[in-house]
Amino acid sequence: MSLPKRVRSAWQYLFGDSASAFGTLSAVLLILLAVVPAKDYFREWLGYQKQYLRLIHGRGDATSLSRRFQGGLQQIWMPELGVVDRCTTCHTALKEASLADVKTQPFRPHPAIPHKLTEFGCVICHRGQGAATTVEEAHNSTKSWEEPILPARYLEASCGQCHLDRLMGTPRLNQGRDALAQYGCVRCHTIKSPDGVIMTGSDAPPPLQHIADKTTREWIAAWLKNPQAYAGSATMPNFQLADDETRDISAFLIAQSTPYQTHKGTEPAPAASQDTAALQEGTSLYGESFCSSCHAMQNAAGMLVGGNLGPELTRAGSKVKTEWLADWLRDPKTYDPDTRMPHYRLDAKEVGLLIGFLSSKSDSDFLGNTQLAAATPAQVEHGKTLVIERGCANCHAINGVKKPDNFAPELTLVGSRPLERILFAPGVPHTLADYIGAKIRQPRSFGNALKMPQYTLAPQQVDALATALLAQTQLAQTLPVSLRIPGRAPSHYRPAGKAGQLIDDMRCFSCHKIDGRGGDMAPELTWEGSSVERAWLVSFLKNPNTLRPSLIRRMPKFNVTDAEASTLADYIMTVYQTPAFDQETLDSSRFTPADVEHGKELFYGKYACQSCHIVDPNKDKGYIGPTLTQVGTRLTASWMFHWLKNSQSLRPGTQEPVWNMNDEDARAVTAFLVAQKNAPRKEVAQK
Amino acid sequence: MNRAWLGSIVLALGMTSACSRHTAVPAEAPPKAFGAALVLVSGDKQAAGVGSALDQPVVVQVNDEKGTAVAGALVRFAGAGGVIFDPDRGLTGSDGQFTTNVSLGGVHGLYRIVAATKNSSGKAAEIRIDEIALGYQETLGKQVSDIHCVRCHDSESTPERVSNHDNLIAQAHSFTDGAILNAMSDADLAAIIGHGGAALGKSAEMPPYGNTLTKPEIDALIGLLRALADPPYRPQGIFYAGK
Repeated sequence: MSLPKRVRSAWQYLFGDSASAFGTLSAVLLILLAVVPAKDYFREWLGYQKQYLRLIHGRGDATSLSRRFQGGLQQIWMPELGVVDRCTTCHTALKEASLADVKTQPFRPHPAIPHKLTEFGCVICHRGQGAATTVEEAHNSTKSWEEPILPARYLEASCGQCHLDRLMGTPRLNQGRDALAQYGCVRCHTIKSPDGVIMTGSDAPPPLQHIADKTTREWIAAWLKNPQAYAGSATMPNFQLADDETRDISAFLIAQSTPYQTHKGTEPAPAASQDTAALQEGTSLYGESFCSSCHAMQNAAGMLVGGNLGPELTRAGSKVKTEWLADWLRDPKTYDPDTRMPHYRLDAKEVGLLIGFLSSKSDSDFLGNTQLAAATPAQVEHGKTLVIERGCANCHAINGVKKPDNFAPELTLVGSRPLERILFAPGVPHTLADYIGAKIRQPRSFGNALKMPQYTLAPQQVDALATALLAQTQLAQTLPVSLRIPGRAPSHYRPAGKAGQLIDDMRCFSCHKIDGRGGDMAPELTWEGSSVERAWLVSFLKNPNTLRPSLIRRMPKFNVTDAEASTLADYIMTVYQTPAFDQETLDSSRFTPADVEHGKELFYGKYACQSCHIVDPNKDKGYIGPTLTQVGTRLTASWMFHWLKNSQSLRPGTQEPVWNMNDEDARAVTAFLVAQKNAPRKEVAQK
Repeated sequence: MNRAWLGSIVLALGMTSACSRHTAVPAEAPPKAFGAALVLVSGDKQAAGVGSALDQPVVVQVNDEKGTAVAGALVRFAGAGGVIFDPDRGLTGSDGQFTTNVSLGGVHGLYRIVAATKNSSGKAAEIRIDEIALGYQETLGKQVSDIHCVRCHDSESTPERVSNHDNLIAQAHSFTDGAILNAMSDADLAAIIGHGGAALGKSAEMPPYGNTLTKPEIDALIGLLRALADPPYRPQGIFYAGK
């Protein structure tokens, strides 16, 4: 019995006799039992609730604040949304507008948003762990909780989970979604909206099947090396190719090129006019044709001026062959049937002038270092391999190379990608938002073998793209369909007949929207037939003059024939009629001079229309809306009458406010405007 | 016994310190020169979405007593509420200027950032620079304003947008004009926006937008005015400042 003896002596050494041992044990047990209520007493959230009560104590509205305060664990529970949010346990003042001056969290009131807290909870928008009750676990990514809080700059991503349409309050999300289409992201990555619609590109990558007729192998090689060196605004990314790779790809692209059906042979290509006088004339023709509505060019100060619908033309002279340019200017469709460029119907002299002007826009430095020996078959073969590897055919049509399927990872659920499935590059913080941002900014930092090219994007664009991608969550797919606000379905409207051919030929849809299809650079034309007088329309189609003096994007002159203008006008007048009103509602022949005079008073007095519009060019200065000097010959009386009552119903999104005029006022103002017919056309002083 | 305790304490401390995330403080370049004053060159009063980078960098200049630019002086930036500077400190260039890119914090409202430099005797000279973070409501207000308001209310023209401000008889107030707009209540502003100038005895050149904009849009516009106001807007009425 030596062991128990030793144990007993150790026991006695530690606790003394059995009475004091009992006392010690009881004390220990008491302390252990006290831990439980103490642990509860020292809970983090309880501390915040006490702080809150101290904060409101002494404020003027303390009574009502403390009446609304609810102690204990709070929870918003919505099983159908999967929401179990206990955030309001610490964020006690989310609904207390009177605490607007409080700057410390967690006691700030929530800023105004269109949704109620009790409808959606917190986590659907902010992410994080709704069920957690400590600061660390609720906000950060910890061992047991994956999802961290979404940083504020990406917050609009959460709106995008339900709102598949454009929301006015989410410019960053809109910009990101536009960029996904515009930079061709969606041409390699499949991205499905939660409603199943697959996003499509809005860029227009040119077909390369006849590239040898358009440009030289040297230009292709130099462009592939660095597209932004040719045009800073180019949307084609940099594939970071080595010199031998650009050599071989250019060799292959030239080799696969076939001749296209040209005007060659029917008439000689106009000679480029290069002398100073012709150059000047060409410069003015470029301006008069409003090429800059779509094409940008660097001016003398190095500023980029012009639109972005077509490619930048600063160095166009270093790129295209003059024979090709002549053909292109005469009818772009023969080279690229899907181009957005209209058929201008230029005569040979005008084509020559424009070629002369554009050829002068060259940059000898750009091609200076590119010298290529004749291509070998091995190089062409290698070039084809590279073209397939890099996925060029995702965007461009190339002879002998098919558009690959599922070339890049699908991004439909990228906003819910689990962190453990992500390989982070060194230095990138371990959050999904940072990963997506870093991936867009510098794709190759994640590995040199990756195929994704390098884009030239501003930090704001990267944030916008990340926002749009973070909206692609699992939650967005599983939310109740009733919450979903669907995007606008793409319109496949195609006008038929002769007029339809003309509308296609002049590519009206590049700028105008009709029946949901088309661009937004120019006014929507869906109800144009109800709006304008036929005689005005015919003369406008033949010679578009400026209606809105402050706009910098203008309608070009397409040099249409009388017959063409008449066909188009007939179609527009017949088909593009609004069902909202009858043209016969107002008989303009019944207007009396007294009506006109009363309308004039209203126009200048009660409604102060001259703030935005010009009727008398000598007196009025309004510079926002269209000039109304001859509006009586342009617009129908009924249109004006209904426009003055409710402009937004006729053209949603117009800048004209809804005046909601009564019939009497609207009739009088219409009478005054209808009388603006024969005023001699004067040049408005340019501001 | 005591040694073992000491050993385990050292071990425990070592382990906890290894667990905590240590970011190496970058070696700071010592100032090569000292200035007496800081002046703002550009970049104040910018508005950006919460958590986002400002469009333009903030540029400050260090001057000596005579007002000439000092190259090589150390400038430090600091700001509360999660403001991030890239970089937050550095030496002024040959023109005496220091440029930093600023990202605002995640809460909407006014952010006051401080740029500081020290003179040769260690006395600090500093300037305060205000920037504005726009929340959801203010962002929506800005979108509405860009479509319907700025053409008349902003006297500056841009290449894409010609100002109509000077074509009007009544001078439309700039949205940053806190001296005038702060004195107007939310209800007054909502009335003018909704019913137009004429209905309230002001110029008819301000059209009524009550049938064009929704109530949330008008509220958002007012939110934007309050956010942009200079001097800053302080809400009227029952208001109890915290300690």
